[in-house]
Amino acid sequence: MTNSFSEFKNAKCFFCIGTNMTEAHPVAATFLKNAVRNGATLIVADPRKQPLTKYAKLFAQIKVGTDVAFLNGIMYVLIIEDLYDKEFVENNCVDFDKLKESVMKYPPEKAAGICKVSAEKITEIARTLASFKPVMLCYTLGITEHTCGKNNVMSTANLQMLLGNMGKESGGVNPLRGQNNVQGACDMAALPNVYHGYQKVTDPAMKEKFEKAWGVTGLSDKVGLMMPDMMEGLVSKKVRGFWIFGENLANSEPDISHVEHCLASAEFMVVQDIFPNETTKFADVILPSAAWSEDNGTFTNSERRINRVRKIKTPPGIAKPNWWIFKETAKHFGHEWPSNSGQEIWDNEISVLAPAYGGVKYHRIENDGLQWPCPTIEHPGTKYLYKDGKFSHGKGIFKSVEWTPPAEVEDKDFPFVLSTGRRLYQYHTRTQTGRAGMDALYKEETADISIADADRLGIKHGEKVYVESRRGKVNVTARVTEEVPAGMVWMTFHYREGNANWLTNAVFDPETKTAEYKACAVNVYK
Amino acid sequence: MKVTINGRLIEAKEGQTILQVALANGMYIPHLCYHDKVGAAGKCRACVVEVEGMRGLQTSCSVQLRDGMVINTDSETVKNAQKLVIDLMLSSGKHDCLSCEQNGNCELQDAAYFLGIERASVQYGDINRETDESSEFVYVERDKCISCGRCVEACNNVVVNEVINFGNRGHHTEIVFDTDLPMGQSTCVQCGECSQLCPVGAIVDKKNKGVARYWETQKVRTTCPYCGVGCQLELHVKGEQIVKVTGVEDAEPNKGRLCVKGRYGYDFIYSKDRLTTPLIKENGQFREASWEEALGLIREKFGKIIEESGPDAVAGVSCARSINEDSYSMQKLFRSVFKTNNIDHCART
Repeated sequence: MTNSFSEFKNAKCFFCIGTNMTEAHPVAATFLKNAVRNGATLIVADPRKQPLTKYAKLFAQIKVGTDVAFLNGIMYVLIIEDLYDKEFVENNCVDFDKLKESVMKYPPEKAAGICKVSAEKITEIARTLASFKPVMLCYTLGITEHTCGKNNVMSTANLQMLLGNMGKESGGVNPLRGQNNVQGACDMAALPNVYHGYQKVTDPAMKEKFEKAWGVTGLSDKVGLMMPDMMEGLVSKKVRGFWIFGENLANSEPDISHVEHCLASAEFMVVQDIFPNETTKFADVILPSAAWSEDNGTFTNSERRINRVRKIKTPPGIAKPNWWIFKETAKHFGHEWPSNSGQEIWDNEISVLAPAYGGVKYHRIENDGLQWPCPTIEHPGTKYLYKDGKFSHGKGIFKSVEWTPPAEVEDKDFPFVLSTGRRLYQYHTRTQTGRAGMDALYKEETADISIADADRLGIKHGEKVYVESRRGKVNVTARVTEEVPAGMVWMTFHYREGNANWLTNAVFDPETKTAEYKACAVNVYK
Repeated sequence: MKVTINGRLIEAKEGQTILQVALANGMYIPHLCYHDKVGAAGKCRACVVEVEGMRGLQTSCSVQLRDGMVINTDSETVKNAQKLVIDLMLSSGKHDCLSCEQNGNCELQDAAYFLGIERASVQYGDINRETDESSEFVYVERDKCISCGRCVEACNNVVVNEVINFGNRGHHTEIVFDTDLPMGQSTCVQCGECSQLCPVGAIVDKKNKGVARYWETQKVRTTCPYCGVGCQLELHVKGEQIVKVTGVEDAEPNKGRLCVKGRYGYDFIYSKDRLTTPLIKENGQFREASWEEALGLIREKFGKIIEESGPDAVAGVSCARSINEDSYSMQKLFRSVFKTNNIDHCART
């Protein structure tokens, strides 16, 4: 998030697109609802009539996978009606002409034909957005989990720059992160192209810096593989040794049959986890980890806040902290690592080696955490990024973005679009919530379908149905709901039985390699 | 501005109430409906005080201070009035502390203690309100409810879930869920905000009923293991057992609020399914192994693969739920020891 949760309170207008906040980020949603109660205007764009829409002044029920067309349509109105922030665009951005050129191809009438939101509503949304300064834009995986995910993200940034909403309190582009420390895992360089703090592996100066700091030579300056390519590599034998730490890939990745084929192809696989799960069975070695509350460390939340996590119990059996496992492995390869606790790793390595965390030390985050960038020990942390429209790389660059449809669209044999997400009472593949009593509140996977489709197909609420795609078939209970529009099936990946990932399409955004969990073609029948 | 409370000259800010300033200066005034989060209701009347120049007793939670105000919170008149309120509350409910979850953390108990009330002077005979056990995680004992309205306010205006309200009238007033449905059948999402703010033992968490007395638990602040909001939790810990979780009031980013998973989803760490020892697969079956053996095998296999096919023949996926220090260590292993950048995680799922 460029901005912070505390800024929800004073926001004048929210534009929430592809975020089912009340279920996926319930506490954040409470602050949004407070703001709406206090007079803020909420605009929601989502394929489903999800709970946030109850609080929305304007709701655009867009067709799955049409965000770019919809957002370009809005920007068309802003430009044609001269409603955009010319001063911000002139002073803080470049390539407006390129944006304009692409946006001009999407008059509201044309955009409406693609995204199935009326031209009048697109125009009304544009005018409403322009009438508030700033607008806080929030999104979640509804924007990113598409083959055009990166373009969707670019479009939200284009819109917020065009409206002059960047670098302002209660404005910005705010992706709410799905997992407790997914922000931290990125920040800590569990990514193939950067050292922690987003220092590029291809930069010779960074290579030298880390070789010196770690006391090694020969760090690779070649960008590594992203997860989907690793999985393919297991089949092609390009990747022979695979180490999975705390991810249940056999349930969480698209097209389970294919994923399991990849995992089964691994020559040697290590899985490090707290529970046996669908993935550990493919392992050659399983390493038992300390769980949450069994070690001292930090998580970084969506708003870049580094918070303490504390130990209150010892791990079961001879399970060990994860950093200890990596340190001991390094030792077996002849490397002695100095740090011997979460605090030593953070204070003496992480914070020292990345300018963004230079001022973050454990003694400063005993209570409320600090938001990076926080370069010095006196720095109070950064509540919102790009203050006064000053972007990290100079001027904000508009990116010309064209709409592309999902890789697989509905057809005669598979006439429904399957979209996926999360439910309030479960978390991911239930390794945690399934052992914390949450099954009582959501006991099985369901296929959410519209009332219209249920009537047409003679499907009753609670009845078992088949949902089938080109990749698989599941037998699940139908949940007939007004949340879902006709022509759509909505499911999650919480349960092994009826997991949506038996059906999802393993196609990815070409650059970010994010899978298209939000759209594939399925059929539903009894 | 300056005000005088019980003879003490005190600095106060515009907009503050008598109660806020008295509490901030270490002067306790019994109060049950007021909570920082839900604001003043002026409802329970336990917080009455005398204000010079104002007729009758004033509810200190709702009167804003004015410069030069002179306030008495401990006169006999005040104490008698407060005593009457607390006595009537004790009289009109089943406030049997012995096995009440809230014992030791009960604001009604605190008020009675402060005012020296040993037991209620009268006891209504007809109290037999419905106990609601229908919810998975929340237990509602209406006989202990003092109708302070904190839960109603919290549900509707703090977390805006709009489930709890007052039903019926007069002596029969009680909290209801939706259209007087059992809580477990209502639209309640079990965030537990009502339980966190209930000043007595009327709404409590089911998971810790009978597990630990309040004073037996240590409070440890930590961060929630679920979504990316990063709510601050207070773990109530007895030995190594989490017995209860509350939100840390006034903390960023959640200001004490939690969701159902954050408040009640903690006990997976105690599951009997946990992996407790390294395991090595032999002939398709896993067998227990020591760390030395398991890490030795990894040294051998990864070492051989790297030697034969180069560093890029190994790859790793880190965990988006574990701590920063773990992800840092894993990528350090892959980069500095294995010499590959083949390290990623499920950032995109």
